[in-house]
Amino acid sequence: MNSKICAVIDYGMGNLHSASKALEFVSDHQTQVLVTSDPELIAKADHVVLPGVGAMRDCMGEIKRLGVDQVVAEVAKAKPLLGICVGMQAMLNHSEENGGVECLKMFDGEVKFFGDDLFESQGTQTGEKLKVPHMGWNQVEQVAHPMWNGIENNSRFYFVHSYYVDAKNQNQVKGRGHYGKDFAAAIGQDNIFAVQFHPEKSHKAGLQLLKNFLDWDGVA
Amino acid sequence: MGLAKRIIPCLDVENGRVVKGVQFVDIRDAGDPVEVAKRYDEQGADEITFLDITASHEGRETTIHTVEAIAEQVFIPLTVGGGIRTIEDIRNMLNAGADKTAINSAAIYNPEFVKEAAEKFGSQCIVIAIDAKKVSEEGEPGKWEIFTHGGRKPTGIDVVEWAVRMTNYGAGEVLLTSMDQDGVKSGFDIELTRAVSEAVNVPVIASGGVGNLQHLADGVTHGKADAVLAASIFHFAEHTVEEAKLHMQEQGIEVRL
Repeated sequence: MNSKICAVIDYGMGNLHSASKALEFVSDHQTQVLVTSDPELIAKADHVVLPGVGAMRDCMGEIKRLGVDQVVAEVAKAKPLLGICVGMQAMLNHSEENGGVECLKMFDGEVKFFGDDLFESQGTQTGEKLKVPHMGWNQVEQVAHPMWNGIENNSRFYFVHSYYVDAKNQNQVKGRGHYGKDFAAAIGQDNIFAVQFHPEKSHKAGLQLLKNFLDWDGVA
Repeated sequence: MGLAKRIIPCLDVENGRVVKGVQFVDIRDAGDPVEVAKRYDEQGADEITFLDITASHEGRETTIHTVEAIAEQVFIPLTVGGGIRTIEDIRNMLNAGADKTAINSAAIYNPEFVKEAAEKFGSQCIVIAIDAKKVSEEGEPGKWEIFTHGGRKPTGIDVVEWAVRMTNYGAGEVLLTSMDQDGVKSGFDIELTRAVSEAVNVPVIASGGVGNLQHLADGVTHGKADAVLAASIFHFAEHTVEEAKLHMQEQGIEVRL
């Protein structure tokens, strides 16, 4: 029996196959995973994922056009909600991408460009020029939260992004990343959790995080 | 601590089987792609690259079902290349579960295709694949030219200039294969790898020539590659991905273990 429903919000931005397959893989048939943009289905779901790839202007454009902003605002009142990558960035106030885009303002802070002249700023590799996008496996320093259950601190996750979250409220930072500069790898508040990396592509640590999400009751 | 250098096993697939040739001929069978991908995933591969090696000259579509089967069981990034010519090809591969697509000859026939693809799907899923052959003589400054059709057809295009142009067009990563070294097992073309890696501001994957674990480490330390790709040393169980990572770590290279 599929007793619970997890809705992955489909707003036409990119590859939702990976996220839904990974959620199905960890749900052990206990959760039905739906990829949908239907507000009624999303309203019925127990858990909701806001994914996203691509450019912010297009993402926010589709989010507004399809009314996903209202759906997310409704979900954010009570249900466990997970933002992934651009889905996380969309939850901030504003992004520098595409000349500046207003976002959903669920978290206080800005989405900023890593820059074309990014250099390693700590450790032994001082001065090494860093490529942008930040692509590959990097460590996340955890801040205690149920979403990290069973995942070793400083585990590596898979990142692909050129813009990063500069969170204003440090109490909302639930995972710290570093690539030339410190950035928020995970943020959270009450029933909302969001990650810059791709848990669906992050092997065992990522699958564990998705499993934690399906097990999560939304109490931080 | 920082970003780990990636090790990427490559599956060259023909008619649904993993194969590996020496300089694109003399093909040996190396198994079922889904099983091979799962094995590498368990060994700690950072990504998997799936290349349909027949697609380019025989017009075959890469096997979407194989990609689907891999994507259902392997939760690390998957790049698919070989015969990616249209926006529709890219969409099909992404829908099948690929995270990135590698564009090779289609970019040479129509460079704007890379721009269009990156605008449509985002730079993060567009890899420019370059097959390079050295054209400079011994003692001259390094110069490499792009060859198509499995290394048979010269194009007159300079590799470093092309890599810069394609990343300006939005390619988010460069998969750089030395056709001189491919299958020869004497190591990457280090000079080529470094020249491209220093010229572009996106990650470069070194490919072609790995015969032992030290070659992988050399690609990073001397070639300045962000990721290293190999096929035969992993396919025929000469080494595991984990052994490769331990070897790299011993030399101070940051890896994901």
